[in-house]
Amino acid sequence: MTEAALPSIRETSVTDAGRLRALKRFAAGDALFRGATLTAAIAVLVLLGGVIVSLAVGSVPALKAFGFDFLTTQKWNPVTEKFGAIAPIYGTLVTSLIAMLIGVPVSIGIAIFLTELCPYWLRRPIGIAIELLAGIPSIIYGIWGLFVFAPFLQATLQPWLIEAFADVPVLNVLFAGPPYGIGVLTAGLILAIMVLPFITAVTRDVFLTVPPVLKEAAYGMGCTTWEVIRKVVLPYTRVGVVGGVMLGLGRALGETMAVTFVIGNAHRISSSILAPGTTISATIANEFNEAVGDIYTSSLIALGLILFVITFIVLAISRLMLMRLERKQGK
Amino acid sequence: MKPFNLAIAAGFAAVMSISAASAADISGAGATFPYPIYAKWADAYKTQTGVGLNYQSIGSGGGIKQIQAKTVTFGATDAPLSAEDLDKFGLLQFPTVMGGIVPVVNIDGVKPGELVLDGKTLADIFQGKITTWDADAIKKLNPETKLPSAAIAVVHRSDGSGTSFNFTYYLSAVSEDWKGEVGTAAAVEWPVGVGAKGNEGVAANVQQTKNSIGYVEYAYAMQNKMTYTDLVNKDGKRVAPTAEAFSAAAANADWHGTPGYGVILANQAGETVWPMTAATFILVYKKPDDAAATAEALKFFDWAYKNGGQMAAELAYIPMPEAVVKDVEARWASEVVGPDGKPLFAGS
Repeated sequence: MTEAALPSIRETSVTDAGRLRALKRFAAGDALFRGATLTAAIAVLVLLGGVIVSLAVGSVPALKAFGFDFLTTQKWNPVTEKFGAIAPIYGTLVTSLIAMLIGVPVSIGIAIFLTELCPYWLRRPIGIAIELLAGIPSIIYGIWGLFVFAPFLQATLQPWLIEAFADVPVLNVLFAGPPYGIGVLTAGLILAIMVLPFITAVTRDVFLTVPPVLKEAAYGMGCTTWEVIRKVVLPYTRVGVVGGVMLGLGRALGETMAVTFVIGNAHRISSSILAPGTTISATIANEFNEAVGDIYTSSLIALGLILFVITFIVLAISRLMLMRLERKQGK
Repeated sequence: MKPFNLAIAAGFAAVMSISAASAADISGAGATFPYPIYAKWADAYKTQTGVGLNYQSIGSGGGIKQIQAKTVTFGATDAPLSAEDLDKFGLLQFPTVMGGIVPVVNIDGVKPGELVLDGKTLADIFQGKITTWDADAIKKLNPETKLPSAAIAVVHRSDGSGTSFNFTYYLSAVSEDWKGEVGTAAAVEWPVGVGAKGNEGVAANVQQTKNSIGYVEYAYAMQNKMTYTDLVNKDGKRVAPTAEAFSAAAANADWHGTPGYGVILANQAGETVWPMTAATFILVYKKPDDAAATAEALKFFDWAYKNGGQMAAELAYIPMPEAVVKDVEARWASEVVGPDGKPLFAGS
């Protein structure tokens, strides 16, 4: 709409009726658009509701049979139909924790390097490499983990860990042999590699949103790079960084195929993180196909429900953390 | 706009014709163990007759669920259904091919077939009762072989599988302890060891881990040139895993007298019998809703019985004995009927 066009419309005689018609058409279009997007939004809620309901209904027989014990016992015996979920819950949490412990600092480090320190010509190749990592299907990570990474760990890192911490209390239990190659630690390491591109991509993008003037001011005052990151960039981008970390954590909690290949799939809680374990999603993927009998199938669905609840709690905690941070800031 | 519409119409027509073609295909779902041979048969059958087979290898449990839900024409399972279940759903069950399960090891200096184990020892190893390779029980069976005093790393299947079902069935048959404490199922509570997904996972884990033992299907052991062990069979004779030893297990079994041919070939009697042999089974409805589809499926399996033996052998499967095939086909002719009560399989 240009200024010159306006008076010409006003001058012609058909304008008012024509305008009304046009406005009506716009209103109808807007309503339609609103309706369409609303439907899409409601569809998500309906889908989510459907998933919750079917998980809840499906897990009723198992929860009825085992009650609260389902959450606290380690037994997983398809022959006698006695099931408890604590081993997969433990495995899920521990592998995700390892993944986060390694993945988060490395990802944020990469993002800082890419946005603050990296020479321009190198930014693009590293950025593309990270995006490619994100595009690799998890089955490839699983096969690579089983055939390449696990034997490598078995020959190098694991014997070293066992030996180095043999005399250190607590740690010698955590890193007790034998080195199988596969196990909880290997699964955690693979997960760390898998969450890396997600966290990096998000944090890099939010780091780029920091106004250069803020950073320049800080540098101008003689801040070191570390101080600028610590006092300017991170506080400014907190919400986005936490969001990226949560995205990574969500992937780590739910990752199935890659973990199944390298975790060893044993329904046991071991004190050593070199020992085989299992996760919720790995158990479901392994056993659902061949599960016969109501209780068995229902127990697997109940595992799914538990994973859902865990994910929900994680999201809730991250929201809470953000709210706390914002309140501290006095926003 | 016009050429675009035309393209859509053409694409739609193409999709329609594809789905029309696949409507005539035989649909089945189930066990993963026989998938390679079913796929090979299906390929050859399609070139001969134009009728394709759409087989989803989703696992035996899935196959049973699918046939019960009537989404497929036939289900496939490694663990036979009981006579009770077959009657309840009105299903007919018959075996198609057999295979063997072999223990595989990775010990420095031990060659394929050099080591021999008996059932009890195998069960004790998988139960964690024998923990080192130089244990007395193993030494007694292998006085000549030099065995390391290293811990045994046990590798088992992590996914529910017919292979595990047959393996644990055999261990239950030879070891009271195993029967009482672990039992027989597609997935059990393994007392020791690491779980690996699929035959390929077990094979990879055993090959990577020194002093390990696992169990895989015969075909996998051969393809990966793995170190299999011999076994002592029910008659107390040492046998090597060969096609003849698997066939011997089938020859001695009472197929006709077992409801649904649900013979489990583990631990059969006979001097030359390999004790871990297993058949895989097909399930069809005796009074199918879609009679024409079931008739096509029976035609396919009839063709496979008659022409598929060579292909089966190439993939290290064992064809069913002729007497069993005759018996099965007689039962098709008498028990599988259409809505009009007429048999769907006319014989060949």
